[in-house]
Amino acid sequence: MNQAIWAESLTKKFGSFTAVDAISFEVGQGEIFGFLGANGAGKTTAMRMLSGLSFPTSGKARVAGFDVYKQPDQIKRHIGYMSQKFSLYEDLTVQENIRFFGGIYGLSLKEIRTKTAQLLEELDLEWIAKTQVRSLPLGWKQKLAFSVSQVHTPSIVFLDEPTGGVDPITRRQFWEMIYRAADRGVTVFVTTHYMDEAEYCDRISIMVDGQIAAMGTPEELKRDNNVPSINELFVQLARHTSSK
Amino acid sequence: MKTILFIIQKEFKQIFRNKSMLPILFVMPFIQLIILPFAADYEIKNIRLTIVDMDQSVLSRQLNSHFQASPFFNVSYTLTPEEAEALIQHNDSDLYLEIPPRFEYRLLKEQRASLHLSIDAINGSKAGVSQAYVQSIVRDFNKEVIAEWVPQLQPRALAAIGQPVDITYQNWFNPDLDYNTFMVPGILVLLITMIAGFLSGMNIVKEKEIGTIEQINVTPIKKYQFVIGKLLPFWLLGLMELAIGMVLGKIIFDIPFVGSISLVFAFASVYLLLILGVGLLISTFSNTQQQSMFLTWFFMVIFILMSGLFTPIESMPHWAQVLTWFNPIAYFVDVIRLVMLKGSGWVDIKQTFFQILAFAIAVNGLAVWNYRKRS
Amino acid sequence: MKTFWAFVKKETLHILRDPRTLVILLGMPIAQVVLFGFAITNELNDARIAIFDASGDPVTQEISDRLTSSGFFQLAIKLDQEDQLERAFQHDRVKLAVVFPPEFQERFFREDRPQIQLIADATDPNTATTLIAYASAIIRQYEQEKKGSAALPYSIQTEVRMRYNEELKSVYLFVPGVITIILMLVSAMMTSIALTREKELGTMEILLVSPLKPVVIVVGKVIPYIALGLANMAIILILATMVFHMPIRGSLFLLIAESLLFIMTSLALGIMISSRVQTQQVALMISLMVLMLPTILLSGFIFPIENMPWPLQAISHIVPARWFIVIVKGVMLKGAGLAVVWKETLILIVMTLVLIGASVRSFKLRLE
Repeated sequence: MNQAIWAESLTKKFGSFTAVDAISFEVGQGEIFGFLGANGAGKTTAMRMLSGLSFPTSGKARVAGFDVYKQPDQIKRHIGYMSQKFSLYEDLTVQENIRFFGGIYGLSLKEIRTKTAQLLEELDLEWIAKTQVRSLPLGWKQKLAFSVSQVHTPSIVFLDEPTGGVDPITRRQFWEMIYRAADRGVTVFVTTHYMDEAEYCDRISIMVDGQIAAMGTPEELKRDNNVPSINELFVQLARHTSSK
Repeated sequence: MKTILFIIQKEFKQIFRNKSMLPILFVMPFIQLIILPFAADYEIKNIRLTIVDMDQSVLSRQLNSHFQASPFFNVSYTLTPEEAEALIQHNDSDLYLEIPPRFEYRLLKEQRASLHLSIDAINGSKAGVSQAYVQSIVRDFNKEVIAEWVPQLQPRALAAIGQPVDITYQNWFNPDLDYNTFMVPGILVLLITMIAGFLSGMNIVKEKEIGTIEQINVTPIKKYQFVIGKLLPFWLLGLMELAIGMVLGKIIFDIPFVGSISLVFAFASVYLLLILGVGLLISTFSNTQQQSMFLTWFFMVIFILMSGLFTPIESMPHWAQVLTWFNPIAYFVDVIRLVMLKGSGWVDIKQTFFQILAFAIAVNGLAVWNYRKRS
Repeated sequence: MKTFWAFVKKETLHILRDPRTLVILLGMPIAQVVLFGFAITNELNDARIAIFDASGDPVTQEISDRLTSSGFFQLAIKLDQEDQLERAFQHDRVKLAVVFPPEFQERFFREDRPQIQLIADATDPNTATTLIAYASAIIRQYEQEKKGSAALPYSIQTEVRMRYNEELKSVYLFVPGVITIILMLVSAMMTSIALTREKELGTMEILLVSPLKPVVIVVGKVIPYIALGLANMAIILILATMVFHMPIRGSLFLLIAESLLFIMTSLALGIMISSRVQTQQVALMISLMVLMLPTILLSGFIFPIENMPWPLQAISHIVPARWFIVIVKGVMLKGAGLAVVWKETLILIVMTLVLIGASVRSFKLRLE
């Protein structure tokens, strides 16, 4: 099996509220998979189930070949995760954050040293390696968080609205980083509600009210639904369900 | 193991970078140890006694001088009972003694006289002790008067004030009745309890509040590794605070140290595990630092008040004594006093040691179980 | 006016929507009054004693029985040998040991002044002194009964009146203290945190750009806490009078008015703290250090101010709680009127005005 992520009828209920309603999909290795939806559509919940933060209520899923129920620790070893809320330690320096997360992923000191040098160079942040993260601008923090999520060279990274609140230029740079990761064969699973970003993805799915309302490459979706942009399609889908 | 070291290293960096944490860690112990024993002195002395001497006779003056000579009373005078009454109402006096007019005359001619003592009894125990002090002074005075004025009566009178038994007493372990000797070891307990309890509880909640816990939860790190890594720094800090406190106690208050220091530290290290576990448990129930702070405070106040630190546990009603079985502070206050002041050894505190160990295991187990990486 | 009440409503909702904190705020006074009323007493009962009786005759037996049936002592251990004494203190945690010499009875009736040794664990000096006094009194009482004592000529009788608290219950001492601490906690600590939270979350800015005057905003924010403070006060007073049968000897109206004054003082303190700090955590720490600790330690609530060294006594003068406790004791337990507590009242009023003045100033400074 060379799918990076495979889910079948994955469901999550909070009491009587169904946040994720039996979704099924596959993501291939090295693919950039965009997971779109309005706020509260269930994107984050789905992502949390796949990354081992939350138990599914029912359904099946495998991530990097491991079962989400039985092998959460194996999954965690093979994935990186970046949440929409910035979650590195503000009172540690850039270097210390990399070192800490490298450490708890079980990297050796030598690996940490090479990895730190490599990441700092990629980010062009060597000159502020010893600065506390709190004083960095938001865009830099997000890029740093993305790098840190890959400190253990995972085969899949989950990005939860990574570009929220970031200026267009930084967003651009951020996507370049995503492409570079994909070129190395890393599977990227990214949620966003910027519809223009959807066009950068290999394949996207649009979630509405806990269900997948559409899935395919951006071109397929535009062609099949006869719309000029993904944005248009999204508005249609959203309107359709809310009028139900 | 290596993973745990990385967490410990990170915790220490964060503790020493946190500007509001450092004063708590290093200034609070000084303040507590220096101010508390001075402030928390409820030894009953400096009792504010007002004497209303309406007799103004030789004998009444003699009685006055007895009170003035007593180390327990600060004596003041008023002319009328009404004035004395007003002082009590204003909280400027604790009790007043009325020496009625013709006191001397009655005592010597009518062979019996009385005094009136009014005590502000809102503080009941102070009132009881004050009364005992006054009466013993009056008794001594009485003996003196008999010896001086009616010497022929003396043997009979003394026999009737009558003391066929010779009561002697000794004060062991603290012959000078130094109150600080009693308080300082207890305050050391308070100190490390607050440091360990508050800070460990708030520390984990902080990661929840700022969201970094998510980033930790997606790593393959084990619950126990995370928890140990978070708590160990505070365990070390607690022991360090205890050491600092002991040195301060020795230097400033010259607290005796009869028993074994290593026994105190051995007990403290198990005790700290328990307190850290309680902090951890509270943090698993809270979402914000404020909540954790309030919860900790709530329990801390109750635990401290019922710890025997200020008031003896045996005096409590039975149900309250049963509650103190679950009060870790009570155990450590007991043990530290036994070892430091009375020189108790391992056999004497063995049982308490294992009780605390059992509690520590239970509470930490519960906390780790309750701390979820997945919802 | 309408916007003002909308504002008060919003603040009330904040409080009501955090049930955990609310439970603690309302549960705390109940727990404290109950604990102080029932559990925490500085009266001594059932102190553990050890007896070493080298005579074992009827007299020593009777004295021992007198001691253990008095309610003050319980027999923890009976020793066979004198050298077990130390262990009794170290291991069995006795507070007092009573040692009878051999041939006690013979010597007692021969009037040979037999000796009873009382050995106290003086690590706690107060308890040691008190226990020795109790034990001596019980033994003396026994003697008197045995030897009989005719009314003695030339004796001085001391008539004692225990005022305000005839049964010497410790709850009388603690209730005024608990009232003070709780009011301080709710009014000062909670408002300083609530106001700082708005700052930290940035919502204060939004409020300040609204057409409401800053004063109105602050007043609106603190009104719910006044209500909460009064609710706590009511809970404590009801418990004290219903459960512990404490009297309210003075005017209830005066008591409430004085409490309102103290709440104002505390609020002013809370506002002042919040106008100077930026984060909740710092507000909390400062509240604990400069409000709660002095209120507990330096107010005369538990520890007598007379015993403190002069620097602490001097500091105690600027602790509002010190004055409020005198007022509560006076009005509630001594039946004092305003004529008696005017001085303390005036001090609190002046403190409040100064504090409000200072915080209004710092508010203005911030706006410019």
